[in-house]
Amino acid sequence: MATTETAGPSSGGVHAPGRAAIAARQLRTDRWWLAPAVTVTVLTVFVVYSTWRAFANADYYAAPYVSPFYSPCIATNCVNMKGGADLQIFGPWWGLSPALLVLIFPLGFRLTCYYYRKAYYRGFWAAPPACAVAEPHRKYTGETRFPLILQNVHRYFFYFALPFAVILTYDAALGFRDAAGHWGHMGLGTLVLLVNIVLIWVYTLSCHSCRHIVGGRLKNFSKHPVRYRMWTWVGRMNAHHMAFAWASLVMVALADLYVYLVASGAFADPKFF
Amino acid sequence: MTQVERHTYDVVVVGAGGAGLRAAIEAREQGLRTAVICKSLFGKAHTVMAEGGIAASMGNANPRDNWQVHFRDTMRGGKFLNNWRMAELHAREAPDRVWELETWGALFDRTKDGRISQRNFGGHEYARLAHVGDRTGLELIRTLQQRIVALQQEDHERSGDYEDRLRVFQECTVTRVLKDGARVSGVFGYVRESGRFFVIEAPAVVLATGGIGKSFKVTSNSWEYTGDGHALALLAGAPLINMEFVQFHPTGMVWPPSVKGILVTESVRGDGGVLRNSDGKRFMFDYIPDVFKEKYAQSEQEADGWYADPDNHRRPPELLPRDEVARAINSEVKAGRCSPHGGVFLDVSTRLPAEEIRRRLPSMHHQFKELADVDITAEPMEVGPTCHYVMGGVEVDPDSAAATGVPGLFAAGEVAGGMHGSNRLGGNSLSDLLVFGRRAGLHAAEYAAELGTDDRPRVSAEQVDTAAAEVLRPFSVEGGEPESRTENPYALHQELQQTMNDLVGIIRRASEMTEALRRLADLRQRSRRAAVEGHRQFNPGWHLAIDLRNMLLVSECVARAALERTESRGGHTRDDYPEMDRRWRKTNLVCELASGDGELAAVDPADGQIRLTRRDMPPIRGDLLALFGKDELLKYLTDEELDT
Amino acid sequence: MSAAPGPKANGSAYTARFRVWRGDADGGELRDFDVEVHEGEVVLDIIHRLQATQANDLAVRWNCKAGKCGSCSAEINGRPRLMCMTRMSVFAPDETVTVTPMRAFPVVRDLVTDVSFNYTKAREIPSFVPPPGLRAGEYRMRQEDVGRSQEFRKCIECFLCQNTCHVVRDHEENKQAFAGPRFLMRIAELDMHPLDSAEESGLDRKSAAQEEHGLGYCNITKCCTEVCPENIKITDNALIPLKERAVDRKYDPLVWLGNKIRRR
Ligand code: SF4
Ligand code: SF4
Ligand code: FES
Ligand code: FES
Repeated sequence: MATTETAGPSSGGVHAPGRAAIAARQLRTDRWWLAPAVTVTVLTVFVVYSTWRAFANADYYAAPYVSPFYSPCIATNCVNMKGGADLQIFGPWWGLSPALLVLIFPLGFRLTCYYYRKAYYRGFWAAPPACAVAEPHRKYTGETRFPLILQNVHRYFFYFALPFAVILTYDAALGFRDAAGHWGHMGLGTLVLLVNIVLIWVYTLSCHSCRHIVGGRLKNFSKHPVRYRMWTWVGRMNAHHMAFAWASLVMVALADLYVYLVASGAFADPKFF
Repeated sequence: MTQVERHTYDVVVVGAGGAGLRAAIEAREQGLRTAVICKSLFGKAHTVMAEGGIAASMGNANPRDNWQVHFRDTMRGGKFLNNWRMAELHAREAPDRVWELETWGALFDRTKDGRISQRNFGGHEYARLAHVGDRTGLELIRTLQQRIVALQQEDHERSGDYEDRLRVFQECTVTRVLKDGARVSGVFGYVRESGRFFVIEAPAVVLATGGIGKSFKVTSNSWEYTGDGHALALLAGAPLINMEFVQFHPTGMVWPPSVKGILVTESVRGDGGVLRNSDGKRFMFDYIPDVFKEKYAQSEQEADGWYADPDNHRRPPELLPRDEVARAINSEVKAGRCSPHGGVFLDVSTRLPAEEIRRRLPSMHHQFKELADVDITAEPMEVGPTCHYVMGGVEVDPDSAAATGVPGLFAAGEVAGGMHGSNRLGGNSLSDLLVFGRRAGLHAAEYAAELGTDDRPRVSAEQVDTAAAEVLRPFSVEGGEPESRTENPYALHQELQQTMNDLVGIIRRASEMTEALRRLADLRQRSRRAAVEGHRQFNPGWHLAIDLRNMLLVSECVARAALERTESRGGHTRDDYPEMDRRWRKTNLVCELASGDGELAAVDPADGQIRLTRRDMPPIRGDLLALFGKDELLKYLTDEELDT
Repeated sequence: MSAAPGPKANGSAYTARFRVWRGDADGGELRDFDVEVHEGEVVLDIIHRLQATQANDLAVRWNCKAGKCGSCSAEINGRPRLMCMTRMSVFAPDETVTVTPMRAFPVVRDLVTDVSFNYTKAREIPSFVPPPGLRAGEYRMRQEDVGRSQEFRKCIECFLCQNTCHVVRDHEENKQAFAGPRFLMRIAELDMHPLDSAEESGLDRKSAAQEEHGLGYCNITKCCTEVCPENIKITDNALIPLKERAVDRKYDPLVWLGNKIRRR
């Protein structure tokens, strides 16, 4: 982790004085390295892909579909999205990809998400790589200091994630038009955006901060029956937060890829009606 | 003089289960310096195994419940052999003891209106058991443990030392209660971890060590249940009563071997489970005794109707009292109609939908799945009787929990006798722990406080030396000469368990018990040659060798008393005297050490170590007798008793 | 120890190869044993068989043999578990089963460790504060209000979570500052207790969790939850909610501002 220095410890941790003298630093016989390896692979692929796409500044709109990476699009250099969320808040002086202006919010949301924290602390920082597998750091202070203490701002990213989810819902709704803007049509892209937004919603609403805010912070549920009911629902979703996190991550990339393929002309969006 | 670590306290509590912790809390709250000694880690006591609940007539489920009804149920359950004053105090004080737990942070399951929920249980007229799912014992222990921590925090605030007035000695075993003349002067024991000896000087000692189940092969009890408190009391000169009454629970697991004896809760049968033998026959219909004929169904059809419509059907015979069911299972097994692993089948899988079983019996489902790889929603369980609880114990004064004849010695919980008579009702043990744990702590504190500083009994160096020599013996036993080869304590223990299980078990015969006494005498001789290897640091073989003394003593008490009582009552069933006899009702069998003061070695093997006498109980107080109908009393009390 | 060849199947019984750590604070080693295993047994049975036949003085803690007391914690093939709840059938007959003591605590002897760290931490958590003016018998609580804390009270104090948590397992020096999952969960339990009056008495459990008991060290990597034999969702239901509660107190700008103004 950021606050730890990596070194080859030999006398600390499980080899601290007084503990059972066992030479091996861990004795697990199962494939404990599999989960962190998968995490690292998938996250790396995602980061590489999304960085490329965020900087590309091209092929993110194929009427009526907009890539989730570029919505809302808030600079004048955005392509015209025919009723979509292109708001032109930033003037013509902004020359870079408009995606860079907004991606910080979903990125921050996921970066500070309690689940992703677990995944990358284990996968990238090996703190710990797996349970009862010794970590390679000499010192560890966890989230007690800067910068990791900033993880505590997660709930504010959650607040921001809500309008984003609303906008992407709007985008998905716009997908029921045809390229000319007439309503009542649907293509494979519509379906892709729909699945994407559903996953984004369940991921967002199953957030731990959400669970806390809707009811978790209360001492007496019986005095707030409605919030108790909501807390129960969020809690039920929250139990699958990990699955939603992965599913929505993959789906968001696939949705972007789909728009990219259609916009770049590599693939023609099949129309259902 | 032997090297020992010395401490001085006002009150020492031996045992850290429910009774011990409650006693310690009380003594400390009286302002006395208190020590608690536990054989295991703090908070691991056997009390955590209790599932059902704490019986207390709070009347949350049924407002008609009150202490008189609870008292009546308890006396009926114990077949009127109970010490009636204890049963009265228990029934009166149990609700306060439960409520007080809430002020210490306990979280019981709730009723709709926010009070403590109470559940039904065998023998209790109304729903009476305060509970937390099926882990009530754990909640009880944790609450008391956390109360002790809270008191220690208070002391820390006051003096900077957590252990200033209340200290827990973990993983220590007491091997002797020390005396100065007639009075208690402290305890001697060893630290399991290091093997070092310690002496705690204290004028008041509370025994709260639990039961004796580890003398039996098949038991629901843990290794700690080696009858330590029973033996300590005997060795200190205090008598035990009612030792012939041992409760066998009809349904314990019989397979796999690792969990043999672990309890299968009564609710399985309450929710529709039936018992079958290897022929697939629902055999309980053949075992309904005449006295119960009108109350129990005679056909499967009638029995099955009861679950849905209890008003118009008689109860299924699977729900007969525990002793009846245990005996029936025993007979089936003896007749060879047993399941592959020597039990009978308990089946709910064909009686309830799988979903329903998982909902009503979650912990049983989990227990069988995890430990036996049996899915109780799809296949029957194999069950058999298991040794569960000893009703007998140290004879105490009902109000103060003081042991007879030894000033400064107190006893509470399973180690004390009398409260439950010949048979304990489910749920009455947790309440017993709290009620009499508190009383023992209170009176021990009062006793210790009354002594002036120069009036305090002293520990003599000689007694400490003797106690140390006794404990060290297993290390110095020499093999060599052919007639005195050394013995393996594990093997001795196994033989003892087998003997008690086979010969003084659930059904008893004079000839078998005589044989048991002979074997016990033999084991006693051989146990003097029990030898161990290694050193004193955490050496389980050594610990067992020491515990053998206690198990042999209490086993002899059980066997002798059982041989003497020529009737069947509650937890004591004689094949040769199958009827309950009213003349035996008011008689307690009292066990004392034959040699007088704490000496074991000199005793002639043929006579054994225990002297048995009979003692009549005081007549039941009139207002308590008036709670029962004359017809009912006639079944238990002799005509002369009723006339006076 | 016999020089008998490897495992051989024999009906429902077979001979297994066990490697058990033997030693004390001054040192020790993994020793090999060949020992009989019968159908339906758990690891603790095998340890007991070793005790009764090959190593009388093999030290091991246990009480209930039913997963209810939390005494028999150890590490089996490197995974922290209860010995009495680990069935032999999960291992292949030719697999070597390695049993070591818990590795986050000082060892006493063989499989027994000194778990006093946990009792020290337990004492540092302020106890339940009863509501003033409410007498015994007058407590009224709804089931939905006690449910959360009841889950945490299922804890059998096996200390497997404390043993596995990398914060102290891999960093001895953090033991001072960090209460460990079991005791942070205890704070959560009390903070969620519907009648706990700590706040009225001037004790803020939420910020104390962070400032005094090391909640910030936890990086929610969930190993405590993974090893808990009671299946308590320690991280999801206790630690993360507690972190959120601490945020309420410490990083919520409105609350922070309010406190600043009130303090003046
Ligand atoms: S979730 Fe937190 S407390 Fe639990 S093991 Fe991981 S770091 Fe430790
Ligand atoms: S929380 Fe679970 S793992 Fe931790 S001590 Fe309690 S029961 Fe054991
Ligand atoms: S989004 Fe994962 S916890 Fe908030
Ligand atoms: S022995 Fe009690 S949990 Fe394993």
